Amino acid sequence: MAMSLGFHILFAAAGIALPLMMAVSEACWLRTRKPVYRVLAQRWAKGAAILFAVGAVSGTVLSFELGLLWPGFMEFAGPIIGLGFGLEGFAFFTEAIFLGVYIYGWDRIPALAHWVAGVIVAASGALSGVLVVSVNGWMNTPTGFRLDDAGRAVDIEPVAALLNPMAFPEGLHMTLAAYAATGLLVAGIHAILLLQDRENPFHRRAMGISLAVGGVAALLQPLSGHYSAQMVARTQPLKLAAMEGQYQTERRAPLRIGGFPDPATRTTPYALEIPAGLSILAHNDPNAEILGMDAFPPENHPPERVVHVAFQIMVACGLAMAGVSLWGAVAWLARRRAPTGTAFLWALAAVAPLGMLAIEAGWTVTEVGRQPWIIQNVMRTSEAVTKVEGLWISLATYTALYAVLGVIVVFMLLHQFRRSPRVEELVVELAEEAR
Amino acid sequence: MEGWMMIGPAEGLALVMLIALIVYALLGGADYGAGVWDLLASGPRAGAQRDLIARAIGPVWEANHVWLIVVIVLLFTGFPRAFSAVMTALHVPLSLMLIGVVLRGSAFAFRSNDPSEIARRRWNPVFSIPSVVTPVLLGAIIGAIATGEPGRIVEAGGSVPFFSTWLRPFPMVVGLFALNLFAYLAAVYLTLETTDPRLREDFRLRALASAVTLGGVAWVVYWMAKTDAPLVYEGLRHEAWGGPLRYATGAFAVSAIAALWTRRYHLARLAAMIQAALILWGSAMAQNPWLVPPHIDVAGSAAPPIVLKLLLIALGLGSLILVPSLVYLFRVFKGHTFAMGRRDEFGAIRANSR
Repeated sequence: MAMSLGFHILFAAAGIALPLMMAVSEACWLRTRKPVYRVLAQRWAKGAAILFAVGAVSGTVLSFELGLLWPGFMEFAGPIIGLGFGLEGFAFFTEAIFLGVYIYGWDRIPALAHWVAGVIVAASGALSGVLVVSVNGWMNTPTGFRLDDAGRAVDIEPVAALLNPMAFPEGLHMTLAAYAATGLLVAGIHAILLLQDRENPFHRRAMGISLAVGGVAALLQPLSGHYSAQMVARTQPLKLAAMEGQYQTERRAPLRIGGFPDPATRTTPYALEIPAGLSILAHNDPNAEILGMDAFPPENHPPERVVHVAFQIMVACGLAMAGVSLWGAVAWLARRRAPTGTAFLWALAAVAPLGMLAIEAGWTVTEVGRQPWIIQNVMRTSEAVTKVEGLWISLATYTALYAVLGVIVVFMLLHQFRRSPRVEELVVELAEEAR
Repeated sequence: MEGWMMIGPAEGLALVMLIALIVYALLGGADYGAGVWDLLASGPRAGAQRDLIARAIGPVWEANHVWLIVVIVLLFTGFPRAFSAVMTALHVPLSLMLIGVVLRGSAFAFRSNDPSEIARRRWNPVFSIPSVVTPVLLGAIIGAIATGEPGRIVEAGGSVPFFSTWLRPFPMVVGLFALNLFAYLAAVYLTLETTDPRLREDFRLRALASAVTLGGVAWVVYWMAKTDAPLVYEGLRHEAWGGPLRYATGAFAVSAIAALWTRRYHLARLAAMIQAALILWGSAMAQNPWLVPPHIDVAGSAAPPIVLKLLLIALGLGSLILVPSLVYLFRVFKGHTFAMGRRDEFGAIRANSR
């Protein structure tokens, strides 16, 4: 399951962001009527189509896997969080319909209707992502029900469960992450291609749009991350303690940059410590008390080394991306055209893969940070897993399937980029279109 | 009629699920059936047949596929106990079916992404072979549930056997029936997708052949159900509605064949769709109120009423967006199968009257 999700999250992220980029590109085409934008929108639409098809089938697998691997979880949680999945189903349905209209509808329906179809794809894709993440938010901060004496959920309020405290911060953080990671990844690939062919108008525009989408998201992301962390501090203090490698409860807790938690000495050595930094960031007050892991029974501790390191990786990647985006924004505003300086292109290429890495790391933080619980303080992961024997066979099969699929998709997408027209090809293509 | 007015939210949701399942069979099922004809493409027009299939299902198959996800989401939200029981007892065939879904869907997407001959040769078998295997597994799962065996195993607790619940004659025959049904629907639909009369004739013959074998397999299923799925058999045989439903199904089956024979393709499509819907409707009604016989029924496994009501409200509101969107999709991409046919029929009438 983790493997499936780890696969799904990357392709879903790209599947959320690519339609936005394609809609932006088509909007540029509609405004300027420069065919290069149309070619670009079609390229990205093809990428989106592959990702959507794979996302659709891997999403099907996930919806079944919920039951195949976690029957205990679903029997308990299904009624509570089902509304979120149900609405997500609708959003997904809408996306499927209009992606079909978009991909196969070029020149078949009016241009404006076609663009609107693209916008609907982008919007419903983002919405379905938010809804799925709200379910994850519920696992972190379960609301909308009460446990009776027998441990069953009663007084279920699905709407309250959908609007759980972590739903909004997580949804915002994940959506921005999808735009930032995908936008900068695509921008980075085009930056590499631009390094070889500086004046290629196709790659220039491709980099411009993807940088605009990814850069804005990357610049907003630290704010959203700060907000998420404050919510985590309020709702899941143990997870925050693990993220920060905070063993002891203290006031004026330091913010640790780097470091590797040592369970034996119950300290986090090798970290750069900013005095009272954590208290300020988490509670806006240098004297705020931060609960350490010692405040919680050891059997409830997540593996703090994994959580802390993953958190550091996510923050580092995010800050690097925000930094390069800021550079790009300043250069863009100063020169009033997308920056193509060698140093900037190299920097963009360097941060290209970091977004996806940050998504995986962030996902590790929220999932591993919640262990041993699958539903925070309600159900342990071990209670939820299926009792079917020979589970490893299923797991190995799904893993192999996803690995193969992942390789093929990446190969296909790279193929799209390799086919990106060079200047002379583009001229031919433009001439053909003019005809 | 009064009975329908008074159904509770659980029954209402079960009804919505059944309708979604029927729509999935009529649309998504036919996409699988088209994959069967891709595998069986033969004769001088094999390539043209494959092109036609790819063009016909390309824009719509993803939307059609979502109906299955709708059924699953409704099942785990509305009837969590039934979902958990099915997923545990039929873990193996469900996993295999999912592998089929993944392989076929991705192969189709990869193939349409890269129109070169090498890519086509590489992805075609990955698309068409799972198109055959997946419906068989889907049918086998439904057949296995109808036997009551998975339900008994879950109720008893203890370990779940890998194969004995579904790798048996009855579920396998139901699997073949599902495959045959999907292939039949696809062939009937495909007659309306082309303007080439020879290509149309190819699919007309395929539709007729699969209609005949469908009748044969249906008879075997019915005969085996007597011992293997007595619940369904008794329902179809003894309930007041059982007789009329069987005769109506038969009548539509015969009409579809007659319409195919006389080349009235629109009529054939309509009759075949009603026939398929009635088959599913009848089997579900016969099994009513059991979701996973013999222990889990609609009322007993339903989620709390508030959940069901909210879900129904969400479904209602969602359809306000969904239905116009679907109509738009089909108007853009399937409009020609209505308009063009009408023109053709007029042409045929004119030709006859001459």
